[in-house]
Amino acid sequence: MHGVGIIKGMIETARNFAGSYTDPERLITVQYPEEKLPPVENARTIPFLVYDGVDAMAGLRCTACMICEKECPPQCIYIVKDQVKKPDFVGKLQVQPKVFDIDISVCMSCGICVEVCPFDAIKMDQVFELSTNDRFGGLLVDKTQLAKPNEYFVKLHKTEASEIDARREEEKQKAEAAAAAKAAAPKPTPAPAPAKPPAQAPAAATPPTPQTPAQPTAAPAPAK
Amino acid sequence: MNGLDQVFVRLCHWFAGLFPASVQPLIACIVAITAIMVVFASCFALTTIVERKVLGRMQNRFGPNRVGPWGLLQPLADGLKMLTKEDIVPYSADKTVHFLAPLALTVPIWLAFAVLPFGRNMTAVNFNSGVLFFFAVGSASELAVFMAGWSSQNKYSLIGAMRAIAQMISYEVPLVLSTVPVLMLAGSLSLNDIVAAQGTYTIGGLARWNVFTPWGLAGLLLFLIAATAESNRSPFDLPEGESEIIAGFLTEYSGFKYALFFLGEYLGLFAITGLAVTLFLGGWHAPFQWLEWVPSWLWFAAKFGALIFLFIWVRATLPRLRLDQLLNFSWRFMVPLCLINLLVAVAWYWSGAWKSVVAMPVRWLLCAALIALPYHWLGRALRSASQSPRKYIYAE
Amino acid sequence: MLNEIAFLLCASIILAGAVGAMMLRNLVHCALCAAGAFAGLAAIYLQLNAEFAGFAQLLVYVGAVAILIVFTILLTRSTELQPGAVHHSSSWWMGLLVGGLVLACLVGSIMSSPSLVRLPSQPASAPVKGIGEQLMSQYIMPLETIGLLLTSALLGAVVIAVREPEKSDPPAR
Repeated sequence: MHGVGIIKGMIETARNFAGSYTDPERLITVQYPEEKLPPVENARTIPFLVYDGVDAMAGLRCTACMICEKECPPQCIYIVKDQVKKPDFVGKLQVQPKVFDIDISVCMSCGICVEVCPFDAIKMDQVFELSTNDRFGGLLVDKTQLAKPNEYFVKLHKTEASEIDARREEEKQKAEAAAAAKAAAPKPTPAPAPAKPPAQAPAAATPPTPQTPAQPTAAPAPAK
Repeated sequence: MNGLDQVFVRLCHWFAGLFPASVQPLIACIVAITAIMVVFASCFALTTIVERKVLGRMQNRFGPNRVGPWGLLQPLADGLKMLTKEDIVPYSADKTVHFLAPLALTVPIWLAFAVLPFGRNMTAVNFNSGVLFFFAVGSASELAVFMAGWSSQNKYSLIGAMRAIAQMISYEVPLVLSTVPVLMLAGSLSLNDIVAAQGTYTIGGLARWNVFTPWGLAGLLLFLIAATAESNRSPFDLPEGESEIIAGFLTEYSGFKYALFFLGEYLGLFAITGLAVTLFLGGWHAPFQWLEWVPSWLWFAAKFGALIFLFIWVRATLPRLRLDQLLNFSWRFMVPLCLINLLVAVAWYWSGAWKSVVAMPVRWLLCAALIALPYHWLGRALRSASQSPRKYIYAE
Repeated sequence: MLNEIAFLLCASIILAGAVGAMMLRNLVHCALCAAGAFAGLAAIYLQLNAEFAGFAQLLVYVGAVAILIVFTILLTRSTELQPGAVHHSSSWWMGLLVGGLVLACLVGSIMSSPSLVRLPSQPASAPVKGIGEQLMSQYIMPLETIGLLLTSALLGAVVIAVREPEKSDPPAR
């Protein structure tokens, strides 16, 4: 019968109208900025620098290795190494960045800097309320603005963060054990060093070679 | 309560009494004009926000709710925006005609409010041929659409204006034809007489509105469909659909002129709704006799609001009609149905002489069948006509 | 007094519209001035208390005939949108002569009409009911003839419109 479809359509819209006052499913608007949609875990916008502990600058994991700056496709990361070194989580003195700027108007959220970072120091953040009315300097975020605590990273990506934390904890234990062993055995002989199994090589090799910081994290991996 | 019912009439008389007797008719006219303009302009503002909120709710979202509580100050924001926008006139546009088009649209439509009875004794001007006056000024505003489209010197505007005029002329025929049964059975073209003819009550207490008869119901539906088309409202908003033709004949209008077009369109809707209420829904009469204590203008406003809600509801539900679908619908479906409706009204009138207890249901069934069967057949014919395989005409 | 002022106003609108329809260069402006003249004529009917004639004039002339005129202009002259050149006819004196003759005939017949000196007994009233009754009883033949004429015109228009695409239809692939 001609016109039945119209009646059915009008009943549906009437149901929508009446239901929008009673049924929460019929009114699906999220009133931003009072309400926000729950963020998706895979969302990523700009990077942030992870720091452990309370002091942002002292606990910063970044060692200014410049890999992310080199690998960034639009070249939006600007790093300047600092002359002053600071101890890292295992107690070793590490280079730190004096200047770590990211131009977030250029950043394309590819995540390559995160993939290549050997220290789990830079991760992708989920903030999107980044607009500013300073067109020329407002979108160049620096080290202090980029630094966020590890607890925040745990909140964003729990499994990944716990894996990284477990790994770092293990290395810390190993480094402490090695430091304790070194303190207990004050005169290590060079002869036993090559004969010792490779798992113990980092413990002996770490003090004399400060310019290869990649070894402590790289060596345990093939040894496992 | 007679007092509340006639409160506006008494206010008008009191105010006119403050002036010398020679200018009293003039003062009464001015008071009526001012009242109509104030009421319907604020109705326009209210309708814009109510429409957006109701449309939003029907589309599972809120309407605008940022500006005031429940978004009630949104019309104010919209008005400010329209007033402060730059008035851009194209370089090659015809300046005089471009300027006059919004005026030529709005002025006749304001005139149309003069004959509507808003309550008991509340008609501004009581013409003997009020309905004819209404349709005359309604058709005078169609020339403005053409003026707007042509003066913009813009292909979109011109095509949009041609389409708009084709649509408005096509739907004027069912609009007028669907009111002819009402005029026939009321015996007069005067709107006050038509309202008075619907003022009696049947035994059950139900009023004898025209909509409670088969021809009245069919007439009301046909009238409302034609009214939607005359006001360029969805689903007949091809002339101003953004995805169709930018903004049709409104493309080159910005700022206050656009606001005037918008105002004219909504005022046309109000005028036609007022006419529908008067002709079919019993004007300012109450539906039941025991409800007569409610003031008459309140009844008019309630029915008016219900019809406006119906228009908004239809807008939220239906997609836009294409031009050929639109014109087919008017000429091949609505005009034959309007003519058959005339016959049904005549059958109703003649069968009114039957004196039997079972006369009313029999009359109803007979007249309803008389209009429902052609409706069904015409609907089938329309569907098959529109779903025949398309004939493609290729350019050489 | 008020009557005279109203008549002068409406008459000046009609004259202005008619002169504009004659003399403006832009065709669409001419059509719109003609529509204005029609509206002025409706005002004159209303002033003479002929409500039905006035509103019918508005409905038919301004609402339909004016739109017909502008559609015709658009559909036939859409290629030249700029105002056409002013054509001065070489036999303008002939037009003046014919116009003067017509004016003389009209003025002569009006001035010699007895209705100028004899006041009407009562103002003429043409209620819609009376018009309807007269149309259905005394003037039924003219009404039906006009109806037949309009129907034949409509059918002719439909026949012409239907035939044209077939002539210009390219051969179907």
